[in-house]
Amino acid sequence: MHKGFIRGISAVLIGLWSAMLFSETEGVFDEYRAMLGDDNPAIFVIFDGEEIWFTPAGPKSASLEQCDLGLGPGVVEGAYAQLPRYFADVDRVQDVEARLEHCMTQLQGLTPAEVHGKPYSLRGDLGTELEALVAWIADQSSGLAIAPMQAHAKERATYELGERLFYYRAGPHDFSCATCHEQGGRRIRLQTLPNLTTYQGAAEAYSSWPAYRISQGIVRTMGWRMRDCMRQQRMPELVMGSEATVALQTYLAVNGAGAPMAAPGLKR
Amino acid sequence: MGNLNPLGLTRRSFVAVTSVLFVVAALPQKIWAAALRPETAFQTTTLEATFEALGGVPKVSDGIVFSTPDIAENGAVVPVRIEIDTSVLSDVSKIYVIVEKNPNPLAAVFQVPPNTQPYAETRVKVAQTGNLYAVAEANGQLYMMQRETKVTLGGCGG
Amino acid sequence: MASRIRIRAQLKDDYCEVKALMRHPMETGMRKDQSGAAIPANFIEDIQVLHNDVVVVQAYWGAAVSANPFLGVRFKGGAQGDVVKVVWRDNHGDSGSGETTIR
Repeated sequence: MHKGFIRGISAVLIGLWSAMLFSETEGVFDEYRAMLGDDNPAIFVIFDGEEIWFTPAGPKSASLEQCDLGLGPGVVEGAYAQLPRYFADVDRVQDVEARLEHCMTQLQGLTPAEVHGKPYSLRGDLGTELEALVAWIADQSSGLAIAPMQAHAKERATYELGERLFYYRAGPHDFSCATCHEQGGRRIRLQTLPNLTTYQGAAEAYSSWPAYRISQGIVRTMGWRMRDCMRQQRMPELVMGSEATVALQTYLAVNGAGAPMAAPGLKR
Repeated sequence: MGNLNPLGLTRRSFVAVTSVLFVVAALPQKIWAAALRPETAFQTTTLEATFEALGGVPKVSDGIVFSTPDIAENGAVVPVRIEIDTSVLSDVSKIYVIVEKNPNPLAAVFQVPPNTQPYAETRVKVAQTGNLYAVAEANGQLYMMQRETKVTLGGCGG
Repeated sequence: MASRIRIRAQLKDDYCEVKALMRHPMETGMRKDQSGAAIPANFIEDIQVLHNDVVVVQAYWGAAVSANPFLGVRFKGGAQGDVVKVVWRDNHGDSGSGETTIR
């Protein structure tokens, strides 16, 4: 009885303490972010992406102008906001990176190995063409509502797979995405961890990627973000454009559906 | 990865061509500029040495309005803004930005002719939590204002 | 290659506000790449803002200015339609410039 009372008091105190700690750190970077304003170096990468899209490349010396991102060949405006989606020509659901791989191999004649050689920048790099293309394509959906397609059975199945993967505990640390991202009020160091199972958390996260990463000086894509989360969980490498990454992105996009896209964002 | 090279490689050739044109076009200004870059001050490695290279320890002045965030989400990019209250401090011709704990504390110098407002905004790297100084030079005298900015490490690794 | 400088010049109360964002790695010389090799120092060391071809700000930078650097300055006497130019040169001798008109 007495012990239980002490335990109860301690629990309340610890709860209060962590609540206070959290409210003190919440908004701690507001001043910093306000001073940075909206001068986002991603603008240069967006310009590059646009140029790359229209520049003939690969063995077939073709541009990506005939690439169908879901709204018809060559329609880029608004396409990102509706991805991932089902594409009948490949009979699968694709995110922007899987679709770009499809267009690069089909239209430009590149091999999958070439596309997968170095999709994302390594430390010290100044950006890859894939990152630039994704930045531009995402920017062409800026302000439009996140509206991933969920009409086709495979699109709904992809969401369900994404949800299962989100909660799937594995790896040497018995970790899942949910370990960090299932509740609010948690943080790593001073970084608040979003609750990606809620509309607000998923919307804020999904709408702001791709993003210019201040610490790295380059634009990172949502595909990279997913792969890096998996790396941090000590999972096997999440392959660009794979079924697993598309499923996880679909899970996030559907949870955040309706929020306006605001990418490329500006992040620490 | 075939033609998917990092972008930096294609940029070089462009730079090589344009830099030649640029140097010729801007020659008179370049000579003026080269003569005035405070190279010695940029090479100093301690705050004391930096002040010495600039001409001595500046006097604290409320005329310098120095804004930096109290805490930065990433030390690689810390916004700084310097305004001069000209009713307190007039004839400012140079503004220096100094980061005490950086390998080379002097980060930037802004020279302004009389018709330009003594005002500067930029973003600097701050190696670790410490003081930042805004130094203003007016009529050969040095004035300063200091601010502490805490830098943090990001959440998930880099 | 797409533009390496993005400039905005806007008339405020009694001055013109210039904001410029430049594309440059601003390498300190102290970083290493993925293979562990040192990345050589490469930074903008000289930058000018010109209003109708007259220098209104002359700045000198060290490697401590952040990658893809930002510059904000204010000068007097600008009028709508005037040309504002930003030119820079780095420690390798590479350079860049861009211009805009005041709005």
